[in-house]
Amino acid sequence: MADKVLMKGNEAIAEAAIIAGCRHYFGYPITPQTEIAAYMAKRMPKIGGCFLQAESEVAAINMVYGVASTGYRVMTSSSSPGISLKGEGLSYLAGADLPSLVINVQRGGPGLGGIQPSQSDYYQATKAGGHGDFRMIVLAPASVQEMADLTVKGFDLADKYRMTSMILADGTMGQMMEPVSLDYEVSKPVEKPWATTGTKMEREHNIVNSLFLQPDELEKSNNERFERYKYIEENEAMYEEYMMDDAEICITAFGIASRVAKNAIVEARKKGIKVGMIRPITLWPFPNKPFEDTIGKIKTYISVELSMGQMIDDVKLATKCSGEYVLCNRVGGMIPSPEEVLAAIEKANGGNK
Amino acid sequence: MATTQYLFAGFGGQGILFSGKFLAYKGLTEDKQVSWLPSYGPEMRGGTASCSVILSDSPVGSPIVSKPDVLVAMNLPSLDKYEDSVVSGGTIFVDSALIERKVKRDDVTVHYIPATKLASDNGMPTLANMIIVGKILKELGGYNEETVNAALGKVISAKRADMLDVNKKAMQIGAKN
Repeated sequence: MADKVLMKGNEAIAEAAIIAGCRHYFGYPITPQTEIAAYMAKRMPKIGGCFLQAESEVAAINMVYGVASTGYRVMTSSSSPGISLKGEGLSYLAGADLPSLVINVQRGGPGLGGIQPSQSDYYQATKAGGHGDFRMIVLAPASVQEMADLTVKGFDLADKYRMTSMILADGTMGQMMEPVSLDYEVSKPVEKPWATTGTKMEREHNIVNSLFLQPDELEKSNNERFERYKYIEENEAMYEEYMMDDAEICITAFGIASRVAKNAIVEARKKGIKVGMIRPITLWPFPNKPFEDTIGKIKTYISVELSMGQMIDDVKLATKCSGEYVLCNRVGGMIPSPEEVLAAIEKANGGNK
Repeated sequence: MATTQYLFAGFGGQGILFSGKFLAYKGLTEDKQVSWLPSYGPEMRGGTASCSVILSDSPVGSPIVSKPDVLVAMNLPSLDKYEDSVVSGGTIFVDSALIERKVKRDDVTVHYIPATKLASDNGMPTLANMIIVGKILKELGGYNEETVNAALGKVISAKRADMLDVNKKAMQIGAKN
């Protein structure tokens, strides 16, 4: 095993992207993700890559569109308000079936909001990244190691399915340091016969475009895209189960919320409360299967979120509204404490007696 | 399964984040599970700065330290803010050159060390933080020459290698006072 080093989550994303073969980064500074851009600014010129601080987030995402069209691995990063600005570009990337990696290190909103951690862009990432019918693969790291691992994975999935992968992190994940090992077997780049690399007068032109003025053609492209989405839903969902074997109460949380919840679960178990956790690692595709398996076994689901309750909707859908649902949340940059989560668990447990 | 949660707090510029980083690296060289989480944002721009460090024999859950086992207070606002959050039986290190009042609680162990004064008296005015780290290692039984050197080597970049010896000296001063 390679030596572990201490890195900030943001730096781990940047280094992992470089290891994954990304040589083009476009961004615009915003707290709490600026270390990604800073790291790229330092490293890219030394390895023949391109770091460019764009004039705005809108410019950056359109530069991503340009490079993605040529088949090269490309990424941008921002935080919540900046991701909203990229919404149009995300939709165009989807419409043109272009692979890219987009990082959202979330902060509190709406509006300019604050700069402290948040998870309130869940809806935006999983359901409404921009206009039109489209999806992004949404990956939710819960450690610095996962910040790196899911960056590499995100590039692979984006290439495989010709779509955008988004890392949905938050301020704590970006700012914290943990030991990380960056020892990857980098997969072989996939063939991209669609890329606009010059015809050399040997083939037809490749055209990258999201404009379909004939409705039947546009319908066909949508239907084909959703066939692909269906395959992804069936094959790419990732999650972690924690102490679920005998659980009667199920915590659901991702990212930093899942870390806090783990502490609370350990304390609750000491008191003999049978509680476990399902932690989605992909938020889209949402891991429906492990949730379906809990139907009839779990009476209460506690969704721990740094939002007013967004993922809880998907938990209800996945469990067919078969249980009681409790939201344990803080917003605006506040983070629930393990004690608050424990209190929610104890309350749910009392209700079971 | 031993877990120690540290909270370092003081003014921006006192090296709060650096001393936390040193401790995290020291934990890493001792094969512990570690996490380091800084305060970021307005407070690090001249106001109060803090950082959470967790060293554990088992995987770290939440990286946020809300009930520290060890509090390092390098200014009065930090002691005022965090004194009550320390666990019963915990330890507080106070820079007594900058904080005139005593710790009010009687269920914690308190070490007073005039770190900022010792630093300026010894011609190392920016290293009060590492004097306190030396004190922590001595009082909590972690002063191991080998891991201290290894951690310093990681936390101080090669470009600043000239700072290694003075950091070591600062820790020795802390360990003696």
